[in-house]
Amino acid sequence: MVYSIASTDSALSVVISSEVIDARELGAKLVQKIRTEKLSLIRFTLDGDNWSSRTLAAIRIVDEAIRKEGAVSDYSKLPAGVSKILTISQPTVDADKEDDRKTSADFLTLVGEQTLAALKEAQEVFKFLLESLAALKQMIRGKAQYQKSDLLSFIHAVGPQALAIVGLVNLLLGVILAFMGAVQLQQFGAQLYVANLVSLGLTREIAPMMTAIILAGRTGAAYAAQLGTMQVNEEIDALQTFGFSPIEFLVLPRMVALALMTPLLVLFADAIGIFGGYLVGVLLLDIGGVEYATQTRNAIDLGDIVLGVAKGSFYGVLVAITGCLQGMRSGRSASAVGNAATSAVVSGIVAIIFATALFAVLTNALGI
Amino acid sequence: MRSETYKISVRNLTMAYGDFVIQRDLNFDVNSGEIFIIMGDSGSGKSSLLKHMIGLNSPQQGEVYYGEENFWSTDEETRKSLSRRFGVLYQSGALWSSMTLAQNVSLPLSTYTDYSATEIADITSFKLSLVGLAGFEEYYPSEISGGMKKRAGLARAMALDPEILFFDEPSAGLDPISSKRLDDLIMELRDGLGATIVMVTHELASIFAIGDRGIFVDADARTQTALGSIAELRRAPPTAKVAEFLSRGSAPSETLETS
Repeated sequence: MVYSIASTDSALSVVISSEVIDARELGAKLVQKIRTEKLSLIRFTLDGDNWSSRTLAAIRIVDEAIRKEGAVSDYSKLPAGVSKILTISQPTVDADKEDDRKTSADFLTLVGEQTLAALKEAQEVFKFLLESLAALKQMIRGKAQYQKSDLLSFIHAVGPQALAIVGLVNLLLGVILAFMGAVQLQQFGAQLYVANLVSLGLTREIAPMMTAIILAGRTGAAYAAQLGTMQVNEEIDALQTFGFSPIEFLVLPRMVALALMTPLLVLFADAIGIFGGYLVGVLLLDIGGVEYATQTRNAIDLGDIVLGVAKGSFYGVLVAITGCLQGMRSGRSASAVGNAATSAVVSGIVAIIFATALFAVLTNALGI
Repeated sequence: MRSETYKISVRNLTMAYGDFVIQRDLNFDVNSGEIFIIMGDSGSGKSSLLKHMIGLNSPQQGEVYYGEENFWSTDEETRKSLSRRFGVLYQSGALWSSMTLAQNVSLPLSTYTDYSATEIADITSFKLSLVGLAGFEEYYPSEISGGMKKRAGLARAMALDPEILFFDEPSAGLDPISSKRLDDLIMELRDGLGATIVMVTHELASIFAIGDRGIFVDADARTQTALGSIAELRRAPPTAKVAEFLSRGSAPSETLETS
């Protein structure tokens, strides 16, 4: 034990050493003593001169317990510094406030609150979409307030700067598709059809989807983080008080940049992915170069490419919407900006996959 | 040069986030040409009140009038044109980080005036020189110090020669000398431009040095507990808290001479 208790006439003397003590256990013991011996004054003494916040925190806990019993603590035997600090830490009338924030609610309340929150969110998303459309209309009429230089720099960041990563990923996708197909098709001696698989699969499905996913990670997250930081920095407030519409000024150029660049990136991805398949076909599957090219040429027509590019543009718009929406809705703290970037990527990718599935069903049903 | 300056009137304003009421039944006028101080303890909603006045947050109840115009019930266009007549200096400066200081100041000018490019550039450097930032035109906000950002924010707030300037804790985070200089600058601007100034602050030195009238919003009472000239409030504080606030916590009887 690193404390000792001794009772004199009406006071209880507690000697506490600088070692660790179990404050709650000591408190309980004291409370018991107070009750049985009807004491009202507890005198604290420190054993030795060493003390740290550990000692003080322990005394505070003990103090709280005995205060509830109506006893009074006496710090006068403690070193001057200790008694002063302990007095400061004692609850004052107005600082001893209850934490009135909501802590728990029953199940039904929770369901209700969640539903209302979800409805409100849906409303916000809808409002954001309407405002974006209105901004686009303003832009077409040449009345939107935005900086041309912003638009150009976003186009540069979305398009040319993404070429390397989009190229690399799609080249590898072409290679992977070719290998995957070759293993199966070789069994039938039909490895030439690798060209069909690669070119059709890439242009119609894979290239647009993967390009959009890269954009969601690269650009969607960046947009959310940029807009979120501007929110933290009150920059968006400043735009508003100058009468600028944040949607026109910040969201519009970002959306337009993505909508313009995604189709071009998808075309680039198509070409480089088909080249990846060509490398595998010619170098590893012993298909002649001209033969592979002719097979590819016959496998796809303009419609396939157009369909892929159209899908890609749609995904690009989805990435822009999720990125900008999360950024504009971001809270004003560092973690809120992080959350905004995360949800931009997650909701962007989920939206892309959903749209891909929807397109697959639709194109099948319509026979495109 | 100025056709008319507005009187700002706040009537029965209630501010709330959802169910949580921050302040209710706020009633006060800001006369043109005065320096009006919004005071209050921490968490009392001083900054929220400012945001309601400049149109960032819409009131749950009540009105904000600029002259005869009811800010919140008028149409979007009028609201925008009203906004253009006031300048706001945010707590952190809130400069647009992707633009240089010159671009920050010139953007409102190039958007809302038909001045030529050289003229705009001249006005921009003039405004920056007013706040002691001549020569910093091509700097980005990330390249200058906090105090400089605040001053650049002031230059931007003044870009359109506003009739009303709003300040959100202008001296927060500034050293005493810079803070004094900013006060002097605010006084000079008021005298020079004839602008009305609404300032959220709890810097007593500033309040006593430049404030004409003020309002005290109380975090516990959740409404205004004092309104009037600063000198009058100091002489006869209406509540103990106002007395404590204005004397930096000393007993109400022994008021501290700060300025």
